[in-house]
Amino acid sequence: MSTEPVVQFKVELTRYVAADGTALPPLPAFAEDRALLAGVYRAMVFVRAFDAKAVALQRTGRLGTYASSLGQEAVGTGAASAMRAEDVLLPSFRDQAAQLMRGVTPLELLLYWGGDERGSDFAGPRQDFPISVPVASHIPHAAGVALAFKLRHEKRAALCLFGDGATSKGDFYEALNMAGVWQLPLVMVVNNNQWAISVPRSAQSAARTLAQKAIAAGIPGEQVDGNDVIAVRDRVAQALDRARSGGGPTLIEALTYRLGDHTTSDDARHYRDDTAVTPHWHEEPIARLRQFMLARSTWSRAQEEAALADAAATVDSAVDLYLATPKRPAASMFDHLFAALPPALASQRAELGDA
Amino acid sequence: MPDVTLVQAVNLAAGRAMADDPTVVLLGEDIGADGGVFRATDGLLGRFGPGRVLDTPLAESAIAGVSIGLAAQGFRPVAEIQFMGFAYTCLDQMLNHAARLRTRTQGRLTCPMVLRMPCGGGIHAPEHHSESGEACFANVPGLRVVIPSSPSRAYGLLLAAIQDPDPVLFLEPARLYRTPRETVADTGTALPLDRCFTLRDGADITFVGWGGVVMDMLAAAEVLAGEGVATEVIDVATLVPLDAETILASVAKTGRCVICHEASLTGGFGAEIAARLAGPGLLSLLAPVERVTGYDTVLPLPRLEDAHRPSVARILAAARRGLAHG
Repeated sequence: MSTEPVVQFKVELTRYVAADGTALPPLPAFAEDRALLAGVYRAMVFVRAFDAKAVALQRTGRLGTYASSLGQEAVGTGAASAMRAEDVLLPSFRDQAAQLMRGVTPLELLLYWGGDERGSDFAGPRQDFPISVPVASHIPHAAGVALAFKLRHEKRAALCLFGDGATSKGDFYEALNMAGVWQLPLVMVVNNNQWAISVPRSAQSAARTLAQKAIAAGIPGEQVDGNDVIAVRDRVAQALDRARSGGGPTLIEALTYRLGDHTTSDDARHYRDDTAVTPHWHEEPIARLRQFMLARSTWSRAQEEAALADAAATVDSAVDLYLATPKRPAASMFDHLFAALPPALASQRAELGDA
Repeated sequence: MPDVTLVQAVNLAAGRAMADDPTVVLLGEDIGADGGVFRATDGLLGRFGPGRVLDTPLAESAIAGVSIGLAAQGFRPVAEIQFMGFAYTCLDQMLNHAARLRTRTQGRLTCPMVLRMPCGGGIHAPEHHSESGEACFANVPGLRVVIPSSPSRAYGLLLAAIQDPDPVLFLEPARLYRTPRETVADTGTALPLDRCFTLRDGADITFVGWGGVVMDMLAAAEVLAGEGVATEVIDVATLVPLDAETILASVAKTGRCVICHEASLTGGFGAEIAARLAGPGLLSLLAPVERVTGYDTVLPLPRLEDAHRPSVARILAAARRGLAHG
């Protein structure tokens, strides 16, 4: 008998800012760009305000079911802030932070979650995909978008966001594997918030990390502190650069925590003790970056107050616009079914009137 | 103009579409050097290269899903699934994404893709290789379901499916892949989607079907012609959107209708056509609508598969029941 080691792997976790805001040098160059960091910080403050308002709207019957990203703001904000305009985002249903960073408007998000398809007709990022509600089934689309870039020899990348539960699904493995075989310009970011509705991470997979699932597909996999927006941005930016320059795909597992319910239809107290959540409030991303910036005197209390006030005002004006937007005529449900409505459907449409 | 089989017609149409439109790309399992398990893509890798003909890993859901991403980016992917029994994992992609992308984004992103595959029995293939699952896909708004029943219609309808700006499920009856042959001019001319094809005119009874059974309906019509009965034979060709007008107009003339399909009876797409006849077509009917279909059983292994599929004898028996009325 003979045995020999055939392959070994390691998974590294990157963090630049500790939970208390302490810097862990050496920092990436952009961490010295105070305007950039302030922008990222304001974006996270904004999405938290937006989430809170969206939940409040749902509670008062003015919005549909909504998935807050409370505590996970750094994942989408950091990842999308590393993208270029010409890249394409393929988000999941909890990725409003990334969508907002990409230029999707708060009004569009409210329209979508309020039950109006116009909310996915983004005026800004025209090629970005709408959110995928079915879990993981959009990851093959991201591979297809990335394949399009590769076939056209374009220096662009696709960025796909999904949760920890998605990594149990077949579409995740199929897309991951295909991305590896074809060396696609694709960056997959797992928002590992430790919970798939009621199923904790420990019951989702026996794998020590989700990042290591990349190893089986022959592509790099790594972990990043998902509550450290500097780390998220840095690792995603490097993966995107690699993807655009022909270096192939990357899987990045962002470690974070779902501080709220799964959605407004969920009550996490059925399966999770509030006391288990409390320690994670000491790791959340917004306070962490604020402490980091305050310690370096690149942020002030006055700026903080202004950021909060600006966020509230912007959210409020979007809500006003949303609530003032009339619903479309019922017959409009036929408008984009096909490029041209087949004559066979004309009588069904006529039942709903001519409008 | 060559005499070609249905599978050769598929090959001609795919090659023509690729030559005419650089955004057409093929992807699927074993479609490159192997030319596909039925040789539908034979020679296309050599003609167009690996950037246009992509062998994929063995992952049907991702084949459909990757096609959606390509289509949203302006390509016209034509994806092959080796057998319909393996396409059910694609139903999620087609139903939840391909068929909805245009509506979901209000036309901002579209999905001009074709998912093509053999369907049906009659070639004594292994288990799961002879499925007729068209009704599962026909209940998906936003998705066209197209199934040719001759080489010339395979050529013209596949071109139309590839040129169409929306997703198309394109089913190729495996029983007709190698026979019969037909003269097909490779002119690049598409046939119309969303339309039935009336293959034979007749005033006494109407046969409506699609796929492999069309051949059997034509054979049964020939027998009836010898008995002085004129049968109208309609190949539905595009199941959805359904050209009910052609069917209703025919039955208005004949008063009798036999609907044939290989898929099992209950919930089969024939039920939709029967419902149209029971609705707007009711007053035309001189006899109960007959359905000749696969039985509501698990599809038998090859020893019994011919007993499951509609036969000429069963079609004739149904026709005679109808003709006995009025």
